[in-house]
Amino acid sequence: MNKLFVSSSPHLKSTVTTRKIMLDVLIALVPAVIASFVLFGWQSLMLVGICVLCCVVSEYFSRIIMKRDNTVGDLSAAVTGVLLALNLPYNINPLIAAFGSVAAIVVVKQMFGGLGMNFVNPALAGRVILLVSFPSQMTSWVGTRFMGGLDAVTSATPLASEVGTYSYLDLFLGNHSGSLGETCALALLIGGAYLVIRKVISPTIPLITVGTAALMSLVLGRDPLTDVLSGGLLLGAIFMATDYVTSPITFFGKVIYAVGIGALTVLIREFADLPEGMSFAILLFNILTPLIENITVRKPFGCEKKKKEGKA
Amino acid sequence: MKNTYGKLGVKPFRTRGGVKAPHRKNTASCESIIMPSPKEVIIPMSQHIGAPCKVCVSVGDRVYAGTKIGEAAGFVSAPIHSSVSGTVRKISQIVLPSGSLCDAVVIESDGLDTIDPEIKAPVVDSREKFLEAVKNSGLVGLGGAGFPAHVKLNVPKDKEVDVLLINCAECEPYITTDHREVLENSWNILSGIYAIREILGIDLAIIGIEDNKPDAIKVLREIADNEKYDPEDLVRVVPLKASYPQGAEKVLIKALTNREVPEGKLPVDVGCVVMNVASVAFLGEYLKTGVPLIKKRLTVDGSAIKEPKNLVVPIGTPIKDVIEFAGGYKEDARKILMGGPMMGIALVDDSLPILKQNNAILAFGEKEAKLHEATACIRCGRCISACPMELMPTKLTDAVNKGDFSQMQKYHINSCMECGCCAFSCPAKRHLVQTIRQGKADLRAQLSKQKEGK
Repeated sequence: MNKLFVSSSPHLKSTVTTRKIMLDVLIALVPAVIASFVLFGWQSLMLVGICVLCCVVSEYFSRIIMKRDNTVGDLSAAVTGVLLALNLPYNINPLIAAFGSVAAIVVVKQMFGGLGMNFVNPALAGRVILLVSFPSQMTSWVGTRFMGGLDAVTSATPLASEVGTYSYLDLFLGNHSGSLGETCALALLIGGAYLVIRKVISPTIPLITVGTAALMSLVLGRDPLTDVLSGGLLLGAIFMATDYVTSPITFFGKVIYAVGIGALTVLIREFADLPEGMSFAILLFNILTPLIENITVRKPFGCEKKKKEGKA
Repeated sequence: MKNTYGKLGVKPFRTRGGVKAPHRKNTASCESIIMPSPKEVIIPMSQHIGAPCKVCVSVGDRVYAGTKIGEAAGFVSAPIHSSVSGTVRKISQIVLPSGSLCDAVVIESDGLDTIDPEIKAPVVDSREKFLEAVKNSGLVGLGGAGFPAHVKLNVPKDKEVDVLLINCAECEPYITTDHREVLENSWNILSGIYAIREILGIDLAIIGIEDNKPDAIKVLREIADNEKYDPEDLVRVVPLKASYPQGAEKVLIKALTNREVPEGKLPVDVGCVVMNVASVAFLGEYLKTGVPLIKKRLTVDGSAIKEPKNLVVPIGTPIKDVIEFAGGYKEDARKILMGGPMMGIALVDDSLPILKQNNAILAFGEKEAKLHEATACIRCGRCISACPMELMPTKLTDAVNKGDFSQMQKYHINSCMECGCCAFSCPAKRHLVQTIRQGKADLRAQLSKQKEGK
């Protein structure tokens, strides 16, 4: 008989792998990509392609340079690429998009140790790097194909325009200016539902983030529905704030984190002179994640005070 | 008397964590076959938690099935009996699956299986005599832990026990021995329960069984819910959700009584005694016949086994003989497990003998035996939601890898029971249990070093 394998228990593993999880996220992003194609045309697909390619290639080469195993196969770089593309305006210079992708993967992700080690979400950090480096290109929004043509002059996003400029239906279907992937709430909700059904994410963070943002908006006398449906709130709440690596792993940690993001987003929108608050709110709470985890360490079984027992 | 226990034993309480491991109970409908005694049995002197036994026979001695060959050494220890009739050939040392060395008595069988003529049913008219009889039976926890039963049943005077819990959850994949025990031996289960209840002065007994065994639940209910045998309805059957690890002692206590055993404490501290169903059934039979623990019901299964089946084998039978009796290997076996796939021990070869607390032998081919390479933790939190002890396995392994003892204690490393839920659910296939196990040993060594230093 051949030599036997001897290993530590358990000898049975579930079929879930990192690669399958990332593939599920990519599938969940398909509706948003399709929506961006419908709303903005072929250029959106090109941007997604450029970002994914640049992310995967820069991940591949940075792993080689750092003499580490190749991790392109886990698909996390591809997810970063799609997410970054969906955070860009459709008419951006492709070179800028490529620069953002390389910065996201090399600086934010690989320099900190690769998947699982980055302290902020690479796609979001990439977006913010572009926002501070190329502020005018990143914020010159044009309307969708259904708003008088793509050649139309720069138009304000719903956040920057008077309430009532866009109907709720337009906001829900995405017929307004904004980044590629953030406009169509319907597509994002379909993607989010897929992730929840596949148990890739729990609905805790998206629900609480959106709920808090709506509440905050109401308190400040804004229009909650416009706040929820416009800007990057849904894209951020469903796909960015739920990033495993940069969100707390404890349940109460998730609650604190989501409340913080929702509230801060609306505060930035109301008081700061910035076009959008979601990216900064998520980045800030990404950085706070280790601290939030530290104060929400859960009590193990049998370590709590004696509970009421089943005796009548 | 009736209904004074309220909700206890009516329906299960909520437990946390756990995973949906595949059931793979392929042998559930295979009636146990009694395996004839092999040419030679190898009986190790350590088949329980506690001090190993002292050999009390010498080479050349003639023994019967049931003759004591190992004397319990110390309070936490259980005597060991010959499982066949024949001649002691040699006393040698073998390496147990745990890696420790121990004496083993090798007995050549005469093929007759003559029961020791001195064996007779024990007289148990007092608590002391009952405990003495349990000790003499060599019974250890048959669910897998192997804790001597007479120690468990000897409840300290200052502890009050009000519920006897019978563990029939059988949550490990593949294993169906408890299931078959219920179907084939239900009356002995009932008489065992009655004996323990009477001697310990416990009124209520609850049998916890996973709901993936509807036929066994039916059989148990026919006895337990029968006015004739259980007039006061004090033996209750509670179907549990089929989720691994429902049969882990602390999880079972929580599910059946809603009591949480505090960290580092025992079930008696929350008024419970937990017995495995096979242990209870053995006790029921032993009190009638006096034949000690010399046979064990086993599931033999796995992708490399030709004819998976349930067997009753003499303790000490070499594993290769057992596998041969189950048709031999279908393909080249690359991994052999003693126990279930979640907590079982991988063996180095198939010449080791069957032990008392053994309930399954599983053999797998190349595909299942393949080891997964661990990749980076993506902090998905699946290990945390899977942990029935509500620990944070990823934080624990971080602490172990850093050698940070204070963090290990902060995250309660010693509460881990190594059930394997975290490593099962990890998408990065990280070796969580292995690392935590290592961390526990490191911490123990560190603490004893500190103690010596003072």
